[in-house]
Amino acid sequence: MEWETVIGLEIHAQLNTVSKIFSGAPTAYGAEPNRQACPVDLGMPGVLPVLNQGAVERAVMLGLAINAEITPRSVFARKNYFYPDLPKGYQISQFELPIVGLGHLDIELEDGTTKRIGVTRAHLEEDAGKSLHEGFEAMTGIDLNRAGTPLIEIVSEPELRSAKEAVAYMKKLHSLVRYLDICDGNMQEGSFRCDANVSIRPKGQTEFGTRAELKNLNSFRFVERAINFEVERQIDVIESGGTVVQETRLYDPDRDETRSMRSKEEANDYRYFPDPDLLPLVVDSAFIETVREKLPELPDAKRARFVEQYGLSDYDAGVLTATREMGDFYEAVAAGCDAPKLAANWVMGEFSAALNRSEVELGEAPVNADGLAGLIARIQDETISGKIAKEVFEAMWNGEGDADAVIEAKGLKQITDTGAIDAIIDEVMANNPQQLEQYRGGKDKLFGFFVGQVMKATQGKANPAQVNERLKAKLDG
Amino acid sequence: MSVDTSEVRRIAHLSRLAMNDDQARDFAGGLSDIFAFVEQLDGAAIEGVEPMAHPLDAEQRLRPDAVTEPDRREAYQAIAPAVEGGLYLVPRVIE
Repeated sequence: MEWETVIGLEIHAQLNTVSKIFSGAPTAYGAEPNRQACPVDLGMPGVLPVLNQGAVERAVMLGLAINAEITPRSVFARKNYFYPDLPKGYQISQFELPIVGLGHLDIELEDGTTKRIGVTRAHLEEDAGKSLHEGFEAMTGIDLNRAGTPLIEIVSEPELRSAKEAVAYMKKLHSLVRYLDICDGNMQEGSFRCDANVSIRPKGQTEFGTRAELKNLNSFRFVERAINFEVERQIDVIESGGTVVQETRLYDPDRDETRSMRSKEEANDYRYFPDPDLLPLVVDSAFIETVREKLPELPDAKRARFVEQYGLSDYDAGVLTATREMGDFYEAVAAGCDAPKLAANWVMGEFSAALNRSEVELGEAPVNADGLAGLIARIQDETISGKIAKEVFEAMWNGEGDADAVIEAKGLKQITDTGAIDAIIDEVMANNPQQLEQYRGGKDKLFGFFVGQVMKATQGKANPAQVNERLKAKLDG
Repeated sequence: MSVDTSEVRRIAHLSRLAMNDDQARDFAGGLSDIFAFVEQLDGAAIEGVEPMAHPLDAEQRLRPDAVTEPDRREAYQAIAPAVEGGLYLVPRVIE
């Protein structure tokens, strides 16, 4: 039988406020245990939550970016469950009336087409603390620094049809929250986490199959692998006569498999009810407009503009706008050298390769936008050839100075003096009488040999276009 | 609506509350009485009445995003039954 995969993603993004969603404790990552947990975060009796305006603004920003309805009056609810890293015994979340309603996100498929994925809702909630199970005799250690960190949970419609689509959606959302600067997107630190609801159904059937919820998908690669594993598992279960049970499964990257964690009926009775400690959250149009004014240019708009303004291909524009930093970097390079296409090639080619090789982030690259623009300008004004430029770039990356300094120090200035080039060509012809005779006898392919000899004699510094032109004239003359 | 002992046991389990058979029976009876009392509200005319999230006709006030809480870990942990390396210790929980 042919099966269709149905996937919905729940993505938790930590909002990058400086203080917590309901308390004035800091949210910085990496502090000593419990140094950033105040009485509200500890669930002390008698304390009251007070909502952080920064978290509300960020949630509205996301809502606007995915063309969603902003709920004018949203409500916080208590989600009750018992776990020691949740000292209150409930998580403050939103249930029936989330701040962000139905919106959508367009993803690009492998065949180049675009697919619109519905975003059911996005709601504000607080993160829980962390439990450390290892290293204590029959005890568990609890760190509540993360407790109360603002999260936005973004729930997609079950409209994703493959692991690849799920990854494309997740990457798009990741890029979006980074553009909006509402989340640092750091997946290793857990700032951007994903759960996937996965089910299968016979192709053509409209009802959904029973789904499993996959947890612990903290990288794009794991999302793809976990979903693929889970789909195969469910097909095996059904095709061997069994039924899929609704449950939570944990992905184990070391064994590349999913394992049952707990079955739904056992634990997922959260007994939601409106939190009496918090009043309804009213977001009026004035608030929304203030936030709208802070919206940066979004990835899709930037991509379209790059095609229009710089004459780039849609693909190149897509690569260069994948992150806000890359887009800004490219624009700075293009502005600095006035050669937008060449700049695109360099940013995506040599520059990105060097970043990968050195494993550094864009902001820490030893060659900045001005430096790269300076190099490209020297190609553009024919001081050096593209080939020599790579050598110059290498030296710049290693801290040997800017493009002009490297060209000067290494004597790499391109030879554009026709007289000098002619002299070298004459010499090459005189040194290779045999090849010259063969060439003139009709062996055209030897032209490349002469180009190579001239370039070798000038250590690659002769202007290639001029060499071609002068060589042609002289050989045929 | 009445509550039976198995329902009471399930809720007690979710809340991690220990309960013997006598207590479960007592709670089932008591909770059923409470529900019966509240059920009188079913007779109220609520046509056209908006669901209420909060009894006060007021809106949530927001606070600016700023750190206002100093680190007072030592004071908070002074009343904890067990602490090690800055962590609160609780009886082991395993998934």
